[in-house]
Amino acid sequence: MTVTTYRQALNDALRAELSRDENVILIGEEIGIFEGSYKITAGLLTEFGAERVRDTPIAEEGFVGAAIGAAMLGMRPVVEIMTLNFSLIAIDQIVNHAAKIYGMFGGQTAVPLVIRMPGGGGQQLAATHSQNLEVWYAHIPGLKVVAPSSPADAKALLTAAIRDDDPVIFLENLALYNTKGDVPDGEHIAEIGRAAVVKEGTDVSVITYSRATTVALEVARQLEEEGISVEVVDLRSLRPLDRETVCASVRKTSRAVVLEDDWLSYGIGAEISATLMEGAFDYLDAPVRRVAAAEIPLPYAKPLELAALPNAHDLIRVIREILTATSFTR
Amino acid sequence: MPEVIMPRLSDTMEEGVLSRWLKNEGDTVREGDVIAEIDTDKATMDLEVFDGGVLEKLLVPEGTTVPIGKPIAIISSGAETGPGSGTPPETGAATTTRRTLTSPLARRIAVEHGLDPADITGTGPGGRIVRADVEAAVTAQEHKPSLIDPPDATVPAATAESGKTDQDTVEIPLTTMRKVMAARLADSASAPHFFLTNVVEVDRLFAFRAEVNERFAESGIKVSVTDLLVRACARTLEDHPKVNSSWAGDKILQYRHAHIGVAVALDDGLIVPVVRDAATKGLEVIAAETRALAERARNNKLTPAEFSGGTFTLSNLGMFGIDNFTAVINPPEAAILAVGNTTEEPYLKDGQLLSRRVLKITLTADHRVLDGAVAAAFLRDLKRMLEEPLRIII
Repeated sequence: MTVTTYRQALNDALRAELSRDENVILIGEEIGIFEGSYKITAGLLTEFGAERVRDTPIAEEGFVGAAIGAAMLGMRPVVEIMTLNFSLIAIDQIVNHAAKIYGMFGGQTAVPLVIRMPGGGGQQLAATHSQNLEVWYAHIPGLKVVAPSSPADAKALLTAAIRDDDPVIFLENLALYNTKGDVPDGEHIAEIGRAAVVKEGTDVSVITYSRATTVALEVARQLEEEGISVEVVDLRSLRPLDRETVCASVRKTSRAVVLEDDWLSYGIGAEISATLMEGAFDYLDAPVRRVAAAEIPLPYAKPLELAALPNAHDLIRVIREILTATSFTR
Repeated sequence: MPEVIMPRLSDTMEEGVLSRWLKNEGDTVREGDVIAEIDTDKATMDLEVFDGGVLEKLLVPEGTTVPIGKPIAIISSGAETGPGSGTPPETGAATTTRRTLTSPLARRIAVEHGLDPADITGTGPGGRIVRADVEAAVTAQEHKPSLIDPPDATVPAATAESGKTDQDTVEIPLTTMRKVMAARLADSASAPHFFLTNVVEVDRLFAFRAEVNERFAESGIKVSVTDLLVRACARTLEDHPKVNSSWAGDKILQYRHAHIGVAVALDDGLIVPVVRDAATKGLEVIAAETRALAERARNNKLTPAEFSGGTFTLSNLGMFGIDNFTAVINPPEAAILAVGNTTEEPYLKDGQLLSRRVLKITLTADHRVLDGAVAAAFLRDLKRMLEEPLRIII
């Protein structure tokens, strides 16, 4: 076990998979000589050469399309799109081709492709560079969508994504790159589609993923001191979604709050709410609550940006409201 | 003005006893409100009304036996409530639009404890009843037994007084359940019964049950011999569809699925709740269902759906120390299995005196539906399954 940053955990996973399987290649803007806009690919060009770590022009639709073709012919490309926001240029390739080829060609060819991209707000990058568009991809059958919240999961899920025969959208969050945590040495792999109960609790379940998980854990620690026991479920995978773990947690606590960085309407919180209606209705003591970003283009000005994103304060307020609504006493 | 009539609450019901009125004359009722409790031949059921309005008149006093279809009360619609009816229209309107807000969890816990959410005060938003409120009500109920005991204690005395007593006998009036049982068992007598008995070695079955219960101790599952028998019967019936049949007068009905009835003794009577489609259910599911059904049976809470539609019945008197008996067919089913006590008996093997545990099972069959060889083949396979218990689950 080594304490490592989220950034380094991703780098380690890429290096290990490049070494393990010669069909693994990296494709993206500035990932070679410049070592990636966020330095995730540091050292890999030197180590594996330009054949396998390929710099591309600024042409997302083109290089995602090329990666899909390479995947169909037996390579296992890992594409880096500089930010999630630029993937919109390539969305036809992702949604209409990567996701559908396996099904439309009757399973004759798979697309073992990973598209890595960072997203999220809070970096003062303004509205068009600060989005969480995970729902766009999580909506599409044929894609898998994962969003690790810790360095250990970053390594485990990236390894799993590269070895997966389906296209995997791998969502990183800019705010997580410098976070540190214990990461198992050597091979470390997780099953895509399994949520993790990252903190056990009995009074209320907070269901979350990616950066918001760190907020939920901070809140859980804080409320623990007041005698309120918060269970935190990190979804880790948005598609497939581990509905069982979510429902099991809420059957235990009877209270559910969903926390997400994305906008509220039609979001992951809506999907989780519906899941709980179907799987835990008779165990709910109050309606499911959602905490999400304000429904506006994210402001550039720092105080406004912070006010628009969900934070510990918002989560604590909603947890208190749901506890009051259920006449909680300790 | 809508009349409330005595409903047909079970297939075999012809009359019901209006055991308790839950609303008074002049009360405002809403569609779906429970206004009375009806004793049917099998259970005590709630009577819901289909019309809202004011309960104008109760036509029968408590304790009256009423044939189905006869009116028992009159409800006047809100529009017909004139001045002088005693219910101000405003109050009526307010009452009819008021909803009891209850969280799904609170509703579930209330049902489990037999509480009516309408009797509980909610402390949640808008007066919503939440778990804490139901738990408080449950605690309050548990601390009230002293209030409930005295009337209960007077019941036996009252019953004895109501029956005419001479020197040697006490007349006990028939309950509806007793009447129906008498009629159904008399029906059963018209079926030509025959009986087949087998001795089953159960050492392995008991070891299997012990292992299952030990392995799954943490999950709280406790599988009984009856549960194993339910599944073994259902699985064996799959291979012997002729036994999973009933006599329908001019034809035989053969069932595609085995729904196993398990006879449960009540204080005064007998009822047979049914484990549906038992061959497709795991032991843990069967164990949970038999336990819940028996519990509800003892509290007279079974619904008609839970005690009808069986295709084969199991009757176990082993717990009373009965070694062997013959059960009376539960019509229109074609067969019933009587299960006795487990006993230890000596036997000789290679000149050595050993002991083994055995169980006697006796199949009663309706000869109109089943012939001896068919019933015998069923019993042989059932014995084999019980002696090689892995077959029960595979």
